Amino acid sequence: MAEVPNDAPEHCPGSTSEKAGTSAACEGCPNQSVCASGAPKAPDPAIEGIRLKMASVKHKILVLSGKGGVGKSTFSANLAHALASDGTKEVAVLDVDICGPSIPKIMGLEGEQVHQSGSGWSPVYVEDNLAVMSVGFLLGSPDDAVIWRGPKKNGMIKQFLRDVDWGELDYLIVDTPPGTSDEHLSVVQYLSGAGIDGAVIITTPQEVSLQDVRKEIRFCQKVKLPIIGVVENMSGFVCPKCKNTSQIFPPTTGGAQRMCEDLSLPLLGQVPLDPRIGRNCDQGKSFLNEVPESPASMTYRTIIQSKTSTHLCAHKLFSDTGS
Amino acid sequence: MAEVPNDAPEHCPGSTSEKAGTSAACEGCPNQSVCASGAPKAPDPAIEGIRLKMASVKHKILVLSGKGGVGKSTFSANLAHALASDGTKEVAVLDVDICGPSIPKIMGLEGEQVHQSGSGWSPVYVEDNLAVMSVGFLLGSPDDAVIWRGPKKNGMIKQFLRDVDWGELDYLIVDTPPGTSDEHLSVVQYLSGAGIDGAVIITTPQEVSLQDVRKEIRFCQKVKLPIIGVVENMSGFVCPKCKEFLITRRLRLLLVRTHPRSSHRPREGRRGCVKICHFHCWARCPWTHE
Repeated sequence: MAEVPNDAPEHCPGSTSEKAGTSAACEGCPNQSVCASGAPKAPDPAIEGIRLKMASVKHKILVLSGKGGVGKSTFSANLAHALASDGTKEVAVLDVDICGPSIPKIMGLEGEQVHQSGSGWSPVYVEDNLAVMSVGFLLGSPDDAVIWRGPKKNGMIKQFLRDVDWGELDYLIVDTPPGTSDEHLSVVQYLSGAGIDGAVIITTPQEVSLQDVRKEIRFCQKVKLPIIGVVENMSGFVCPKCKNTSQIFPPTTGGAQRMCEDLSLPLLGQVPLDPRIGRNCDQGKSFLNEVPESPASMTYRTIIQSKTSTHLCAHKLFSDTGS
Repeated sequence: MAEVPNDAPEHCPGSTSEKAGTSAACEGCPNQSVCASGAPKAPDPAIEGIRLKMASVKHKILVLSGKGGVGKSTFSANLAHALASDGTKEVAVLDVDICGPSIPKIMGLEGEQVHQSGSGWSPVYVEDNLAVMSVGFLLGSPDDAVIWRGPKKNGMIKQFLRDVDWGELDYLIVDTPPGTSDEHLSVVQYLSGAGIDGAVIITTPQEVSLQDVRKEIRFCQKVKLPIIGVVENMSGFVCPKCKEFLITRRLRLLLVRTHPRSSHRPREGRRGCVKICHFHCWARCPWTHE
């Protein structure tokens, strides 16, 4: 049952509250008997199933942002490619952006389909050691809209975590949509038994982004999700002709650097705006592999291979990829 | 009740389906008796209340995009300011991005609070003829996170539409979050009695954006929401030093070629920029006709 069902009265205490079904506000609610029975408060059995499934996954990393369009999927894909460049590592990307799944396009996997076997759903492989799962693989056409309310999206995320045959993984990167809603709560809830190493928060320099990103940071704090660090994308643009740097998204309040200082969070890096990033995303190619000389590529590699991060979790996570 | 409740069995027909509570899959479901009673299928009485409330609003426009960060809120704010520059028009912006409300910041209204009166919630006024409502006005601090699942967001949207004292309006602009989920379905559902003039779809030139925007267009078609047109933001950049025009010209042409349903050819504008007029126009642009 949803936490506050659609037909709940105005002061519904919530279906998982101690007072569910018994408070004065519950009188007359069609869900009263169900709530009073205590059924909604039982832990979801899927959590244990997912914990067992995730036992073969060493590191689980969420890529989050309160703001849309800041480059979460781009970062997730580049991070995955960089980690998988070490052929001894097994890497996977799980795309839980149900309404706007960008990962298949960005990783050049449009048109691929998911297959079912006795051991579950088989993810789609970019490389031998890089697997991907997304709702995009379940659509008849890339233009098909997924018009689902929260509970149905939650069900899909549960299936992704419980039923995909990931095999042995060193890294599972979970790409998320913007916000602090169903998808985010569900991923954290369903992985509560398995544990999440931490979250990388993506932003752009302007205050309108940072405002939403601070909400995301509050979300992480509320659900006790460690924050590995913050990445600032679109951090300045260098004109290819005259080499002048322009701040297309000006950091009017100090950008991610100031925010990280204020909140005592590691700033993992500031990636400049390079039109070739978007072009490679559209073409499904790895920007790091196609344009290795770009300042943006070098910054991404620094972020991923950083040994200067003060966050212990990040150091442990990425230090074994080598420099 | 949610369409497919969290504890529903795998083949739940949906709580509003004809088979709700009576299909084989319903056996053992804790919601079976509620569904079988037909309670979830009754139309939400709020729809009629909202229809009455919206009777004093001449034009209702949704600003949509499947993609985040393309400039929906920026466009909504600029559209509102432009419409309100005619002092004889009453304009309002409703921000239904519950998790990431940008409108208060963009419109210079941070820190403002909403007041309740006998006639409902009073919106916050930017100008005498430009009102705004956002969940941002209900937070203790702009950094407070709204960590709500769909049903609670839907309840907030219902309140915004039913309880805000908008007064007489010429234009109500509804700014939305990216996607095709609870907020979008709820706005369309709750305004189904009042009617929506149409939607303006926002995109940026690259294909990763357009892919999500096509989904939004499909959403509009499915819910029979007229599309006023498409606005392409971030269409190129002129270097302030050398005046070189950069980035997106080539990618913008891809929008025209790859969109199969464009009913208009692009026309050249200033500096050779290709401008997309309308993807599809079912309604007169409400701000050009009276």
